[in-house]
Amino acid sequence: MGETPLPSRAGTWRSVFGAPIVIGILSLGGLLSALLLGEVGKYLSWIALAVPLVISVRAYMRRP
Amino acid sequence: MISTVFLLLLCLTGLPLIFTHEINDALGYSPKKEPHPPGASKLSLDAVGRAALADKPGSVLLYLGWDKDDPGQVYTYANTSVTADPQTTTVKTFDEYTAKPIGSVGGGPMLVLLRLHTDVYLGLPGKLFMGFMGLLFMTAIISGVVLYWPFTRRLNFAAIRKEKSRRVRWLDWHNLLGVVTVCWALVVGGTGVINTLAEVMLGVWQRNELAAMAAPYAGKPPPAQLASLDKVVGNATVAMPGMDIAFIAFPGTPFTSSHHYAAFMRGDTPLTARLMRPVLLDGETGAVSDTSDLPIYLKALLVSQPLHFGDYGGMPLKIIWALLDVLTIIVLGGGVYLWWVKRSKVRRGARLATAGPALQAS
Repeated sequence: MGETPLPSRAGTWRSVFGAPIVIGILSLGGLLSALLLGEVGKYLSWIALAVPLVISVRAYMRRP
Repeated sequence: MISTVFLLLLCLTGLPLIFTHEINDALGYSPKKEPHPPGASKLSLDAVGRAALADKPGSVLLYLGWDKDDPGQVYTYANTSVTADPQTTTVKTFDEYTAKPIGSVGGGPMLVLLRLHTDVYLGLPGKLFMGFMGLLFMTAIISGVVLYWPFTRRLNFAAIRKEKSRRVRWLDWHNLLGVVTVCWALVVGGTGVINTLAEVMLGVWQRNELAAMAAPYAGKPPPAQLASLDKVVGNATVAMPGMDIAFIAFPGTPFTSSHHYAAFMRGDTPLTARLMRPVLLDGETGAVSDTSDLPIYLKALLVSQPLHFGDYGGMPLKIIWALLDVLTIIVLGGGVYLWWVKRSKVRRGARLATAGPALQAS
């Protein structure tokens, strides 16, 4: 992923909100799966809800 | 701005509360029962009830409860009367095999944190105030999502401009951590708000659904002698096959009428274990009097509790819950910092940096 703004790609709705929407759907799925899907749902919830953490750590580790 | 301070308080006190069970275990605030020899049989529930009353002379029992994950012990709730202030109720566990007291429940530092988290020691007004703060939290999240567009539309997703000024870096972190946690934070905030309404919802249920179930008993005197607890649990279990007793409410407590025991029965899946079903039993005879599903608002309350506590997916989920809470604390702290920088810039009459869009007060 690039670090600098890319004016040519600036501001399509999907480029800005696409990833957040996917993460959001994963989060909701994870929150519900542990409640509704028993043992398997528990594992799914761990994976789905760890996604925001992984993205944050990766952003932190990236070299400037 | 003041509300952000309260939100930080909620996030900070909530962080250790995720691990209440483990911390209480470590600090010795959890009752420890002794192992039983194999083949030992349980005493009657009446014997346990008598032991609980003898342990605290002059009191009455309000509830008896069972923890699904910790069988072999009964949680007894006792107070001077069924209508006494719930904050003064003492909770103690008793061994189901020996009827001996095991230990008190719910004291220590975690209780202080819980009160700070739920009502800041102000009772119902405090809870409703915290609920209002929760609503503000959700509004702040949504306004953050709206502002996400102008601030990031020229950037790649998850871009942190590390070479830029501290303010720009914090802005990027605030945006990134905020947007990846937004759904989780909305769910935890929303279910928290629902939880602040628990007392209000219980009152509505008492006046409507519960009053209707107990209507045939209206005008009758309260039970002169209480039915056997074993009979109450036995009859309720027969009436609800496949379900297990979660707790019994004694006649006159907020969870039942003044004429009935209420046995709250739970299923065996993570969801049905939360959605309890009340069975009303005659206070004198222990015969099943009526049963009905809880109304939708109480079901919503019961389902919202695990989604707020994060206690329904084992230790890994608790750890993830705590880390997401830490990210939210960083988002809030970063938000305060950005607000502060903007405010002092405006005060100095300086122009905002030209690199990004103008910071807006939020």
